[in-house]
Amino acid sequence: MYDFIYHRPGTVRQAANLFAKNADAKLIAGGHTLVPVMKQRLAAPPHLVDLSHIEGLDGIELKGRNLVIGALAKHNDVATSSTVAEAIPALAELAALIGDPAVRHKGTIGGSLANNDPTADYPAACLALGATIVTNKRKLKPEEFFQGLFTTALEADEIITKVSFPIPRKAAYVKFRNQASRYALVGVFVARLPSGVRVTVTGAGGDGVFRVAAFEDALQKRFASKAIDGLAVSPDGLNSDLHGSAEYRAHLIGVLAKRAVDAANARA
Amino acid sequence: MAKVSMIVNGTPATGNIDPRTLLVQFLRENLRLTGTHVGCDTSQCGACVVHLDGKAVKACTVLAVMADGHEVTTIEGLAADGAPLHPMQEAFREHHGLQCGFCTPGMIMTAVDLVNRKGHELSDPVIREELEGNLCRCTGYQNIVLSIAAGAKAMAT
Ligand SMILES: Cc1cc2nc3c(=O)[nH]c(=O)nc-3n(C[C@H](O)[C@H](O)[C@H](O)COP(=O)(O)OP(=O)(O)OC[C@H]3O[C@@H](n4cnc5c(N)ncnc54)[C@H](O)[C@@H]3O)c2cc1C
Ligand code: FES
Ligand code: FES
Repeated sequence: MYDFIYHRPGTVRQAANLFAKNADAKLIAGGHTLVPVMKQRLAAPPHLVDLSHIEGLDGIELKGRNLVIGALAKHNDVATSSTVAEAIPALAELAALIGDPAVRHKGTIGGSLANNDPTADYPAACLALGATIVTNKRKLKPEEFFQGLFTTALEADEIITKVSFPIPRKAAYVKFRNQASRYALVGVFVARLPSGVRVTVTGAGGDGVFRVAAFEDALQKRFASKAIDGLAVSPDGLNSDLHGSAEYRAHLIGVLAKRAVDAANARA
Repeated sequence: MAKVSMIVNGTPATGNIDPRTLLVQFLRENLRLTGTHVGCDTSQCGACVVHLDGKAVKACTVLAVMADGHEVTTIEGLAADGAPLHPMQEAFREHHGLQCGFCTPGMIMTAVDLVNRKGHELSDPVIREELEGNLCRCTGYQNIVLSIAAGAKAMAT
């Protein structure tokens, strides 16, 4: 790890102001992506701005028809929140599948979204539910926020403050873990919203999280796993590596999507 | 350099450290609490698990400066020197939950956190699932799982 100067702002405004003096600063929240990356010297920020002591950024609350989660909410907070379990149980289940218990005690939803790892879990939920990602500067829809592998619309000095999830009628997330890393080899999030059905995939896309239009159309007509019987996902553009070929991932998407629809329908 | 102060095993600890210092390094090298181990240094193995404000974390993936002002408990903090072992430590001893012992501090700190979160009656599948982030290269896990189930019950009394 290369040397850096550590800053601990008490407010989002103070954090943003630190960038005015140190344009090459970097934010740190849970540190569970950034610390490993700094150890590998893949990142070497000269200034580190620690968001983790800013108060009031880790709340979880219902606001009308939305579930609003603060950027600093840890995976374990989301996994165990009764508010989340009641409003969007699929989201609590997703958070409970991230990494291991110790990782879930540190990693945050804001950090996960900002990182946009193509095998991360939260991006699938954001895109499926049509969440709004709120920063200190603006509000972003997932389609504009996620811009490919490890790339987002965030500017260097832009801070995610919260994420607002519309509450679906039904939803479920099914993850097939990579046996070594436990990230998603493939993860499928299915959501039935008043505005329509969405099916999103993480772990498989060469460009990160994406939607499966053919599944969405079929499920829109009939929200049952049978509706997507016989529909295949093309392996073109999917990841292929030692953990699984593009064909294998394409097949898994179909299998997991059906399981997710069944799981969503099994909820009362 | 950066000044840090935190409560470690109930005692105030301070240091003037390089901001790059990991929490596990601060504990082992500055405070000489070498019970917390470094197995992988890549957040995978759990040998470095300590409690930060009462919750299990991997101390190789926390900067010591980020723990400034917080409370840390290490394996040394579970039972005072010379006092009887903590029930979870005793259960590992009794049920042969270790061979070389390298993973054991992390296993025990993870197990105590698990009991704090999920109570004293823990099924095998739950224990195995919760050990997701802790690797043992010796035991094959069977006796670790037995030890944790027994230690969890013993912690209730
Ligand atoms: C062993 C292990 C297993 C894991 N398994 C999984 C898994 O199965 N699924 C999964 O999805 N993830 C997994 N993760 C990643 C984990 O969820 C990370 O915690 C998460 O991706 C990053 O969150 P963080 O708060 O730790 O971010 P940090 O590491 O602090 O930051 C990550 C990036 O986000 C930026 N950032 C942080 N907060 C903000 C903010 N509020 N606004 C703008 N930018 C910000 C930082 O500048 C940095 O670039 C795993 C990690 C580990 C170590
Ligand atoms: S040394 Fe920290 S997880 Fe292995
Ligand atoms: S007892 Fe040797 S690594 Fe677990």
